[in-house]
Amino acid sequence: MVNIKIDGIDLQVEEGKTILEAAKTLGIKIPTLCKHPDVKATAACGICVVKMAGSPKMLRACTTPVTAFEEGKEFITRDPELVDVRRTVLEMILSDHPNECFTCGRNQNCELQQLAAEFGIREIPFGQCPEDHSKDDISTGTIKLEPNKCIKCGRCVEICQEVQDVHALCFIGRGFGTQISPAGTDLKLGESPCVRCGQCSAHCPTGAISEFDNTPQAWNLLRDPDKHVTVQIAPAVRVALGEAFGLEPGVNLTKKIYTALRRLGFDAVFDTNFTADLTIMEEGSEFIQRLTKGTAPLPMITTCCPAWVDFMEKYACDVMDNFSTAKSPQEMMGALVKSYYCEQKNLDCKNVVNISIMPCTAKKYELQRSADMSTCGSGVDVDLVLTTRELARFIKQAGIDLLNLPDGEADSILGDYTGAGTIFGNTGGVMEAALRTAYELITGNKLENLDLEVVRGLEGVKEATIDVAGTAVRVAVASGLGNVEYVLEKIREWKAKGADPAQIPWHFIEVMACPGGCIAGGGQPYGVSDVLRRKRTEGLYTDDRECALRRSHENPMITKIYDEFLGAPLSEKSHKLLHTHYTCRPMYKR
Amino acid sequence: MAEKICLEDIQKSQQEAGDTWIKVGMATCGIAAGADKVYKAVLKEVESNGLNIPVMITGCIGSCYAEPLVEVKTSEGQFMYTGVDEAMVSDIVGKHVATGKSLPSGVPSDSFNEGQMRIAMRHCGIVDPESIDSYIGNDGYAALRKHLTEGTPEGVIEEMKKSGLRGRGGAGFPTFMKWTFASKSKSDEKYIICNADEGDPGAYMDRSILEGDPHAVVEGMILGGYAIGATKGFFYVRAEYPLAIRRLQKAIDACKKYGILGENIFGSSFSFDIEIRLGAGAFVCGEETALIASLEGKRGTPRPRPPFPTDKGAFEKPSVINNVETLANVSAILFKGGDWYGSIGVGKSTGTKVFAVTGKVKHSGLVEIPMGTTIRDVVFKICGGIAKEKKILAVQTGGPSGGVITEQYLDTPISYESLAELGSIMGSGGMIVMDEDDCIVDIAKFYLGFCVDESCGKCSPCRIGGKKMLGLLEKISEGKGELGDLDKLKQICHAMQKASLCGLGQTAPNPIVSTLRYFEHEYKAHITEHKCRAGVCQKLLKYLVVEDKCKRCGICQKICPADAIEGDRKSGFTVIQDKCIKCGSCLDSCKFDAIVKK
Repeated sequence: MVNIKIDGIDLQVEEGKTILEAAKTLGIKIPTLCKHPDVKATAACGICVVKMAGSPKMLRACTTPVTAFEEGKEFITRDPELVDVRRTVLEMILSDHPNECFTCGRNQNCELQQLAAEFGIREIPFGQCPEDHSKDDISTGTIKLEPNKCIKCGRCVEICQEVQDVHALCFIGRGFGTQISPAGTDLKLGESPCVRCGQCSAHCPTGAISEFDNTPQAWNLLRDPDKHVTVQIAPAVRVALGEAFGLEPGVNLTKKIYTALRRLGFDAVFDTNFTADLTIMEEGSEFIQRLTKGTAPLPMITTCCPAWVDFMEKYACDVMDNFSTAKSPQEMMGALVKSYYCEQKNLDCKNVVNISIMPCTAKKYELQRSADMSTCGSGVDVDLVLTTRELARFIKQAGIDLLNLPDGEADSILGDYTGAGTIFGNTGGVMEAALRTAYELITGNKLENLDLEVVRGLEGVKEATIDVAGTAVRVAVASGLGNVEYVLEKIREWKAKGADPAQIPWHFIEVMACPGGCIAGGGQPYGVSDVLRRKRTEGLYTDDRECALRRSHENPMITKIYDEFLGAPLSEKSHKLLHTHYTCRPMYKR
Repeated sequence: MAEKICLEDIQKSQQEAGDTWIKVGMATCGIAAGADKVYKAVLKEVESNGLNIPVMITGCIGSCYAEPLVEVKTSEGQFMYTGVDEAMVSDIVGKHVATGKSLPSGVPSDSFNEGQMRIAMRHCGIVDPESIDSYIGNDGYAALRKHLTEGTPEGVIEEMKKSGLRGRGGAGFPTFMKWTFASKSKSDEKYIICNADEGDPGAYMDRSILEGDPHAVVEGMILGGYAIGATKGFFYVRAEYPLAIRRLQKAIDACKKYGILGENIFGSSFSFDIEIRLGAGAFVCGEETALIASLEGKRGTPRPRPPFPTDKGAFEKPSVINNVETLANVSAILFKGGDWYGSIGVGKSTGTKVFAVTGKVKHSGLVEIPMGTTIRDVVFKICGGIAKEKKILAVQTGGPSGGVITEQYLDTPISYESLAELGSIMGSGGMIVMDEDDCIVDIAKFYLGFCVDESCGKCSPCRIGGKKMLGLLEKISEGKGELGDLDKLKQICHAMQKASLCGLGQTAPNPIVSTLRYFEHEYKAHITEHKCRAGVCQKLLKYLVVEDKCKRCGICQKICPADAIEGDRKSGFTVIQDKCIKCGSCLDSCKFDAIVKK
């Protein structure tokens, strides 16, 4: 511990903590535009300057660590000169930023706008930056790049390269001409290794990277009298949407969302949690077959996450055989709406639409990922994806007072779920749900303690061994694509050494592309941090605990759909509707 | 396998080479002036005269204004010939060398560098930079052998402490301290890196040293590596220095051949290797953390310190970064001793400093002077004063990071501290002399423009601040400025100096701050009177016809590309200011001096 003073207040600081962090513990908020708790400080913006008493120099609070050398020193975070310099730097940044807040995707939740408001900026003395959309990049169809709005904070590059290991975004040019760009001068983001995880958009402080806004298309579908419009909501949406309405993270709004969706005019409201349960049946059965009958290679790797699937196809198709063939819950729902639901309701699937509400930008890409995503013979199974952020706007546009709505229910049977389905939204959740079912299917005994703490938490890679009837089943859970390399390398090493089944590092691996899983997906409300991840995750575990049924195979509606429609897990029909193929696309070599 | 060598044998054979020789200055500057052809002509002439004397190439002798340079030694003494072309060679060889009698145009060599003291450049112009034997013949690698075989790393650092040597790259951090930090860092590998990414406009000290005496720098690096316990050294050289790179590589290869690089150097337990890495021409890569990033193959942008490179440098290992001139001094210090070096100079600025003096001086070139020499002596004694007998306006030191020093301060003895007090910096050694024909706003615009081009773009104060200031200066130089713009300039300067991430951004406003300090009246003249005293700012100029002198020939009207001259031979001519594009064609074409620019 080091004894220092900040603004005259004594405090003890753990060695290595930055001035920014130390000040925060005293309730001193040093403004910054580039520092984000998820990424290494880039020290780019120059707003967080502070001084050491007795020195005229200014230091960046975000990167100045308190070391033994600072013992007894005093730091000043506010004096007229500091405020003056911060204001000037802010005015400079604003002079290089287009003044188009009204039409920007980040209007009212932009960090730059917020800071300008706090500083009471009334004019920009160094000239205005013209609007220029000539360099906008919409090639991914999911994430929009508007370089003219970029303040070069570097968060997106850090996230894309260091956290996600994707290396799709980088800086090009230099000086005043510096720009964020796909790695390559004449490349569009859609042609780059981008996996559309959207973490760049979730971390961008301005509107330089944002999700595609598909709400106009949603309105068009809803106002088309010939369309029967259904909707599904993903697990992670329910514990995050409230933030856009001023609630604390983690508040579960499932039932209010159901009501809101009905009021928006959807003809049927389903819950992706149902197909999460179904995924467990399909994927769990596939795992049991691989484990007990050796039908396909182990370890088996989950495939619910489209950004991860994209990543694997581009960077790691040597593990393609290890991928579960089960589709993601979103796509299973789409396929069932266009088949089972239409059959039940006697609807022509050509007139039925499924819109899905997802925490994720990559889901917008998934709906066209391959021909397997179109099973009904009439277009894609899921017609449109709205992210949580878009849903918030959608609800607000319609004038719906979400927080004061009465509770509602989803439509059975595609809206009925167990606690196992709801935890699909956080890292470790798919694994936990799968183990709850697989254990029982293999041993015939119920798993006593359903809270599998070993696979919970925010660590990048979690490893555990579960005793299943005398067999030690080794599992790994990775979230954040940068953490996947460790897992893949171990598998590669094991394969290179002859793939001895006794030496297998893990039998079953869960991967989610975004750190923390879907609760912190690229389409969730802004402001992500580990604190927020924990709260959202807790919201889902609470939902799980409060469910009467917490094992997917106990969902009576799952039993029903197999009895009435699918036959059995991994049946021919299941394979046609609920499973998929992968293609090796190693076009980007590192 | 390295050859076994004995330094004394090589020294002896070098001394036996005879006391008659010819040397041709063959650094980039000499070659650009035609030294290549002169060298070939000398070889030919020596052969046709049947002379059996060595013809050597050397690096930069320093007197760039007088290139190509040929030096002749006979029993009579050493003489320098300046501005030599092929035609002069036959006389130099045929008459001087053959007869031993110097020509009238020959200048005694020892009078050539009067007022200077050469330590870093001690061998420049003397040794053949492409011959390791030539370097050894001039006491090269003796210091290295002594310290490796008889000394300790601590002993080397102690000598450096006594010498008081400070980093010659510009910041002036004591070299021994850097080495001490790195020597105390614990790591399996450590690196010493030579920063040869010289980039200040008009500065070429480092290039000349590398081209003229690469072994002095290599020896300095090996000694530094030994002192800090490094396993490897890197030269980070800008790719625009092909000759320096070639000679440096040759020097490294020769060292490997002689076992001066490699395993167990001079039979000691110290093993060391050197590799050259090229910079792609970004000024910011002279900043140590950006240099490290570039060296590692990453985008060359600075990162915040701490951690300092001596803790975590290249490839996350402790690294020392020393400038070329610093390392050239190191080998001299460890040969002659720290006390010797420390006795030269003034106060905390010991030793000598090399300056590249350019601009409006008569004798531009490299000068190496003891610290404490006055700026006036450099400009007027060593460099011959202002060209064309104009009046001096100011001297800029420290390149784009420095500031101007006005005439009243020319008697200041040069030291790190004194230059800082005047609002400038020592910098890496660029010294640009300005005369009354230079416009101060234009000078500020030039330096700032350089930094704007070279900003890496990482931090907003530098990226945006520089660009915005440049816009304001352009506005002022076009006569569109407002007095409030000066306040805006000062506001941005302050924020950039305080909030920029690295030295480039922190010092980029210096030329503006310093010109505003001494020449605010000139800025104001541009703004309120729309006048550029020096007549440099094109948009503020007016071309006028002086009626008394005009002979009404009409040439100006014919030649004006903008049809801006109205009138006829009867009524006379006038320049229509709105149409005039200030090209100056009319002034050049008038034979009667009847057109003036104001």
